[in-house]
Amino acid sequence: MFNFTTITNWLHSFLTTTCGFAEWGAILTESVLVALVIITLYAVFAIALIYMERKVCAFFQCRLGPMRVGKWGLLQVFSDVFKMLTKEIISMRQTDQFLHNLAPFLVVMASMITFACLPWNQGAHIIDFNVGVFFFLAISSIGVVGILLAGWSSNNKFSLIGAMRSGAQIISYELSIGLTMLAMICLTGTMSFSEICNDQYVNGWNIVRGHVPAVIAFIIYLVAGNAECNRGPFDLPECESELTAGYHTEYSGMHFGYYYLAEYLNLFICAGMASTIFLGGWAPLQIAGLDGFNAVMAFIPGAVWFVGKAFFVVFLLMWLRWTFPRLRIDQILSLEWKYLIPFTMVNLVLMALCVAMGWTF
Amino acid sequence: MEDKTYIGGIASGIKSLATGLKTTMREFFTPKITEQYPENRQTNQMFERFRGSLTMPHNEANEHKCIGCGLCQMACPNGSIKVSSEMYETEDGKKKKRLVKYEYDLGSCMFCQLCTNACPHGAIAFDQSYENAVFNRAKLVKQLNREGSKVAEKK
Repeated sequence: MFNFTTITNWLHSFLTTTCGFAEWGAILTESVLVALVIITLYAVFAIALIYMERKVCAFFQCRLGPMRVGKWGLLQVFSDVFKMLTKEIISMRQTDQFLHNLAPFLVVMASMITFACLPWNQGAHIIDFNVGVFFFLAISSIGVVGILLAGWSSNNKFSLIGAMRSGAQIISYELSIGLTMLAMICLTGTMSFSEICNDQYVNGWNIVRGHVPAVIAFIIYLVAGNAECNRGPFDLPECESELTAGYHTEYSGMHFGYYYLAEYLNLFICAGMASTIFLGGWAPLQIAGLDGFNAVMAFIPGAVWFVGKAFFVVFLLMWLRWTFPRLRIDQILSLEWKYLIPFTMVNLVLMALCVAMGWTF
Repeated sequence: MEDKTYIGGIASGIKSLATGLKTTMREFFTPKITEQYPENRQTNQMFERFRGSLTMPHNEANEHKCIGCGLCQMACPNGSIKVSSEMYETEDGKKKKRLVKYEYDLGSCMFCQLCTNACPHGAIAFDQSYENAVFNRAKLVKQLNREGSKVAEKK
């Protein structure tokens, strides 16, 4: 298995010895490089996901989707991005200008930091420490502040209703996400993403090891993750037929673009987390006993495995989104509080029991 | 909603959700119905009941079925049809009506199909042509009976 630390070690020694940087200078340079890489990846993944969303949505509705701009409409999203970049950012009277301009940056910042938590390859973890899962949950909640601020500062009733719905929904569903993650932490015994992945590389994917409780947790995670991204059947913060566009109605130009980017990247982060925690992250598919097969699978780089799994989960989430009709706010909250929470709690106990009795693979 | 127990509700909910997922997944793989119009104009086929523009079908001997009765003209709510007919005498001395000119204004037609329903002989029908745009609305007024055509004799 290719270990990314060889590259990072080489870069560090190159900066310190060949270029003669001081230790702090080398670390600073590396941080800037990593930030650039992350921002570039963020934009690239957003473009790929928007294209995928439009195509998958079209195929589920028996359409073809974008076909005109470029071959199979491949350049459609690029032209959309350029359109967004050239648009004016309109500032309105009677709004709280400071908060109005701050809100999209909070949302995009939260999603970028959580994006950096994803384990891309063995040794290619950007933010990784012993309470990684905890940190991830904490940072992803900042996004909700941005959404609430956006609704509040727009001075628009519909935006405020959208923001309130979004707040109520995200805060409720964070409980399910936290509890399902807790069940999986119970199985792996660590909160660090790199160790979760390493553990799955050695012992097999969590969804196989944890069998029944892990599969239940995976399904609940998908439902709650969809709600967390304000997507799918849970997209009533945006709810175009009732609230025009919800909390980002009053935004234009790239400020709106940030919400759009963050929405799609949150989808990817949600899927990436699902693949890290349940499907092994960068760990290749290994079947005990088939050594030749295992060698071939291990030859594929971990980053390919990770992105492949994440896109598989993204497809599952899109499938959910384009199948189910939108829920009412009371239905959303009763689904969470009356169904998902009791199920995750029982599931947590079941997982703890399985781990304690050694009923795992 | 009929009363269901908590577990029963979950079971039936999951079942109906699974049905929905199955349906969309089947749809995902079916051939797509989108027509890419300007590219496929050579091969594109409109469906049979599409009402493109009014035509008067002629057979190989340049004969149509219109007897010039004018029922279609009376049925038309927009006055898009103008039937000109004349009286003539057959060889055995009978007086008969025959069609001279059948004028149809596509520009004022609303494709209600009352004319084809009124026609007792099935002489007129809508075809599947749909590229009807022109630069001059005078071009939309068409003569449907061809030059030198006559009514088909009843067998």
